[in-house]
Amino acid sequence: MAACSVEDVLAKAEKEEAERLKSITVNKELDLDFDIGNLLALDKNSINSREFKQQNKNEFLRSLARDNTQLLINEIWKHPSEKVEEVIVVKLPDPVTQLPREKPVPKARPPTKWEQFAKLKGIQKKKKTNLVWDEVHKEWKRRWGYKRAKDDTKEWLIEVPENADPNEDQFAKRVHAKKERVAKNEFNRLKNIARSQKLKVPGVGLAPTSHQSKAELAKAVSVAKSATASVGKFQERLPKEKPQRNTGKKRQFQPLIGDFAGEKQKHLDMLKVIESKRPRLDITKAVNKQMREEDGESTERRKGKKGRRGNAPGKGRRNAPGGKGKGKGKGGASKGKGRKPAMRQGKR
Amino acid sequence: MRPLTDEETKTMFEKLSKYIGENIKLLVDRPDGTYCFRLHHDRVYYISEKILKLATNISRDKLVSVGTCFGKFTKTQKFRLHITALDFLAPYAKYKVWVKPGAEQSFLYGNHIMKSGLGRITENTSQYQGVVVYSMADVPLGFGVAAKTTQECRKVDPMAIVVFHQADVGEYIRNEDTLT
Repeated sequence: MAACSVEDVLAKAEKEEAERLKSITVNKELDLDFDIGNLLALDKNSINSREFKQQNKNEFLRSLARDNTQLLINEIWKHPSEKVEEVIVVKLPDPVTQLPREKPVPKARPPTKWEQFAKLKGIQKKKKTNLVWDEVHKEWKRRWGYKRAKDDTKEWLIEVPENADPNEDQFAKRVHAKKERVAKNEFNRLKNIARSQKLKVPGVGLAPTSHQSKAELAKAVSVAKSATASVGKFQERLPKEKPQRNTGKKRQFQPLIGDFAGEKQKHLDMLKVIESKRPRLDITKAVNKQMREEDGESTERRKGKKGRRGNAPGKGRRNAPGGKGKGKGKGGASKGKGRKPAMRQGKR
Repeated sequence: MRPLTDEETKTMFEKLSKYIGENIKLLVDRPDGTYCFRLHHDRVYYISEKILKLATNISRDKLVSVGTCFGKFTKTQKFRLHITALDFLAPYAKYKVWVKPGAEQSFLYGNHIMKSGLGRITENTSQYQGVVVYSMADVPLGFGVAAKTTQECRKVDPMAIVVFHQADVGEYIRNEDTLT
C-alpha cells in the first residue's frame, strides 16, 4: 500500500511537473474574454507593476503577449476543426465585437428633379409587371425594350393623320421624335448631376452672361483693340481710358542689393524731372497773395479812418459798414474774433 | 523685398512732395550713410543699406518689417502714407498746422481739424496742400490735407473743417496690428 502510494505520489508529482513545463498551459487569475470571430482576446488581469519594473520591460511584455496568444490559440482549437486539402482548419464563429467602419458612411444621392416633384405631389412608385399579354402575337412579352409588346417601330404601315402634311415621312418623324426624347432625357440627367455637385446648371444653347464685370469689359475692349493688322498700334484711345494693367511686358526688377549709387542718382534725376514739371507760377498762390495784400490794404485804410475819428486804435472791425462810434464797447470785442491773437500766422 | 519700379518711385515721390516738397532730396541723398526705399508686401520701407543687408537673411514670409514703413501701395497702385513716416515728414515739412491743446485729443482720435481748434497755420497754404499737424508745443501729431487756404481760414465759421485728417499718432494704438 505504502509503496503503491509512494509510486502514485511520485507519478502525480511528475505529471504536475510535466503539466507545468508544458508550454501550452497558461495560468491566469481571471479568465480571458474571447471573440474568436475577430481573433480577439481581452486580458482583464492587472499587470504586476513590481515585476514589470524589476524585469526587463520588453521581456516582460513579450512573455505576456506570448501567454495571451497561447490562450487565444487554445481557445481557437476548442472549436470544431476539419481537414481541407491536408490542412487543418477551424470554422470561426461570427464576430461579437462591433468594429467601427473605416470610412464615413457615404452620403445619400441628392434627389433628382423628378424625385423632388414626386415627393411634393405625393406620387408613389408603382411596381409594374415585367411581362404583359400581347394580343397580336398571343403571347407574353416584355413591357418595353427589345421584342416588346405593342412594338411601334415594327409597324410596316403608318396612317397619315388628317391634318398632317401628306408628303411628310411618318417613319422618319417617329425616329426623330424618339431621338429627341432620348436627348432630352440625357440632358436632364446631366442637369441632375450638375445640381447634385453644386455646379452651374447648364442652360440651353449659348446664353449670354447675365452681367459682364468692369474687368471683363476692359479685357474685351483691349482684346478687340489689338485685333487689327497693326496689333492695335494705330488704334485711337477713348478719353479717360486707362491702359490695361498686368498685360504685355513682364516687369524686370532691379536686384535687391545692387548699385546703390546708381539708384540714388536715378532717384535724384527723377526728382529733378518732377520739380521741373511743377509750374513756376502757382496761380492759386498768386491769387491768395493778391487777396491778402488787398485785405491788408483795406484794414490799413480802415485803421487810418478810425484813427482820424478818434477811436481806439487796433480795434477795427473787418466788415464795419462805416459805423459811427460803434467800434467802442462790448460789441466790438466779440465781433473782432477774426483778429484773435491765437490766429497768428506762422513763419515758414 | 525689391526695389521700387520707376513708376512706383514716381507715385511715391509725388505723394511725399505734397508734404515736404523738394526736401525729398535730403532723404535720398544723406550724408550719414546710404538709405534706400524697398517694397515688401506692398509696403514701402525706408532702410539704411546696412540694415537692408542684414534683412536679406530673413525669408520673405517671415519678415514683418524692416526700417521705417513709409506707406503702402493700394491695389489700384496709389500710394498711401502711414503715420510711421511722420518722423521723416515732420522735420522737412513745408506747410504746418498747429492745433490748440483742446483740439489735440479730437485730432488724435481721428477727427478732422475744425477752425475752432486751429492754433496757427503756415502762411500761403493753398487748398488741398499736404500739411503736417503739430501741437502748440511743436510736437508732431500727424498729417493731413488743408481743406481751406490760409486766407479762407480766417473767414470761415468756427465749426468748418480746415484740415482733413489723414494720419495721427493715435493710430499707433488704434491700428496697432496693421502698422509695421
